[in-house]
Amino acid sequence: MPAEPLFSIRNLTVEYATRAGAVKAAEDVSFDIRREEILGLVGESGCGKSTLGKALMRLHRTPARITGGELLFDGRDLMKLTEDEMRAVRGAEIGMVFQDPMTSLNPVQRIIEHLTETVRAHEPRTTDQEARERAAVLAEKLGIRSERLKEYPHQMSGGMRQRVMISLALALRAKLVIADEPTTSLDVIVEAKFLDLLRELRREFGLTILLITHNIGVVAEIADRVAVMYAARLVEIGDVQDIFASPKHPYTQGLLRSVPNIQLDGESLYKMEGMPPNLLHPPRGCRFHPRCPFAMEICRDYSPELQAVDGDHFTACWLYHKTTGKEGAKNG
Amino acid sequence: MTPISFILLIIGIPLALMLLYVFIRGSMGLRKYILTRIGLTLPMVFILASLVFFIMRVLPGDPVRSALGPRGTAEQAEHMRQALGLDKPLIVQYGIFLKDIITLNFGNSMVGGHRPIIDEMSERFPATLELIVPASILALAIGIIGGALAASRRKAAADYFLRVYSVVIYSLPIFWFGLMLQLLFGIQLKLLPVAGRIDPIIRTTLEPVTNMYLIDSLISGNWPALGSAVSHLILPTITLGLVLSGVFVRMTRINVIETLQADYIAAARARGIREKVVVYGHALKNAMIPVITLIGLQVAILLAGAVLTETIFNWPGMGGYLVQRISARDYTAVQSVIAMFALLVALISLTVDLIYSLLDPRVRY
Repeated sequence: MPAEPLFSIRNLTVEYATRAGAVKAAEDVSFDIRREEILGLVGESGCGKSTLGKALMRLHRTPARITGGELLFDGRDLMKLTEDEMRAVRGAEIGMVFQDPMTSLNPVQRIIEHLTETVRAHEPRTTDQEARERAAVLAEKLGIRSERLKEYPHQMSGGMRQRVMISLALALRAKLVIADEPTTSLDVIVEAKFLDLLRELRREFGLTILLITHNIGVVAEIADRVAVMYAARLVEIGDVQDIFASPKHPYTQGLLRSVPNIQLDGESLYKMEGMPPNLLHPPRGCRFHPRCPFAMEICRDYSPELQAVDGDHFTACWLYHKTTGKEGAKNG
Repeated sequence: MTPISFILLIIGIPLALMLLYVFIRGSMGLRKYILTRIGLTLPMVFILASLVFFIMRVLPGDPVRSALGPRGTAEQAEHMRQALGLDKPLIVQYGIFLKDIITLNFGNSMVGGHRPIIDEMSERFPATLELIVPASILALAIGIIGGALAASRRKAAADYFLRVYSVVIYSLPIFWFGLMLQLLFGIQLKLLPVAGRIDPIIRTTLEPVTNMYLIDSLISGNWPALGSAVSHLILPTITLGLVLSGVFVRMTRINVIETLQADYIAAARARGIREKVVVYGHALKNAMIPVITLIGLQVAILLAGAVLTETIFNWPGMGGYLVQRISARDYTAVQSVIAMFALLVALISLTVDLIYSLLDPRVRY
């Protein structure tokens, strides 16, 4: 286990101001992203994983706002930076790959202009010519032929565009890439190629990747560790093998059982009871207790904190608390 | 060279160059589209001019009666009708009209000194051009800068101010607004002249080349004339330009707001691109695509506004000329002016389409 993580997120809370009141899209979330790992962040739609991803770069816009927490990235707290200092971090140190490559490139800008603009936004002294040459070298590595850089986004396929998005994140050698559902809009073959590319890039550039997805299969294939989010909270985090072999949190267990598997053809697919809660009025206590098959008395009133179950595997569930009692954080 | 042909060259040469550029650079489809558009422009002008020809003749009154008044004798009227060629069968008159249009000769006026229409337009058309070009530039400048500013400061004071501004200015009647400006700057503050294009005495020192006084005075280095022309131009330009700017502020604002929500804007921010570049570079360029279309549609409104503005400021342009000749039933003049306007609208909308295809790489015809 490396000594110092690249990114330590501590007690991060992100709120949306709505007409009906404040909605916490991420509440008291703490985890580490270790150097050169691929961390998968999974959860169902609306659980706050995308909001969390944006908040890590302070990219959230009104009505969302970070109401608390620390973002310790590579030795400094991003929350304490000014907007201009933060701008220098974005793109240069943390890159982001968005869900839909069809809409995340400027339709009236050539690919090469995306690249040179990004380089020159951070290195004003680099000439256009230098930026072009660097972009061409990088693109070649990512499997984009240099003559295609002259094209406009609409002339490229989804897979190609996603490669362009990655090249934009890597143009300045970002240490961390946050990829928000990067393969959701790609077909399975392109998706597999793209995941291979991510793995290769990690090796070659020593890249750290936070992969936000609802696709358990993608996580199983590529991630080193997995973090599971449910209703704005982190419920489990650990090594990918540990979590797939013995998921601890009842939500994670349900999630893994509801993945279709062609080997179990006789059984019908498992379906989790109930619906995820409305975050405007989340349930008291553990957020999952109304749907949990093992819910106990304590789950109704007290919210469990993340605790180690074994070594490097953490979960927030009363079932695994050594001392089930009042020391659990009270949650109104 | 008559001033009007000079002006047609000024408009025509850049347009022709742009056409050539797009034609060579563009795809097969785009070339076909351009040829089709040019092919359609000519019949459009022809149909419009023919419509005007027949409508003018269906309308009650004719140039003879309006020139002679109620006391003209039948003999006088007959004499005049013969002189103007109105005694000929309608179909023959139509043939003569078509010949005049095709040869761009336009024939002679039916009232007053029976001057060639081409001469009258040579005096009038440059005046209108000198008014609508600066007014359009003003309207677009306010519209685009204001719209982008309002969008980037959404729900802040600047946004509310610009939204109120655009609604109020758009609903102002041009003639009332022009009169108020005249009252304030002309009568109360005595800062600016309220009528005409230039001081009549200075006018005598100016050698007409294009009949656009700004250009003529610049060519000849006649600075007093330039000053006088500019000071006369300010109020009409503000009147027409501001009234037209309202709709551009609105359109630009709503389009920039919409583009600012786009994924590629979030992606640009995530790459650390400066907020100013994100708003005025990425978002504005994309938001301009629908606004460009609007510019094409506004040309007709611009010309209608020019007619009103010219009337208030006693501006001797095509608008005032058209109004005056409609009441005199000057058939040839009205037909020629309408044909000219139709040609102008067609040329501008073709230009707008070309700009559109240059701005948006996705456009494929």
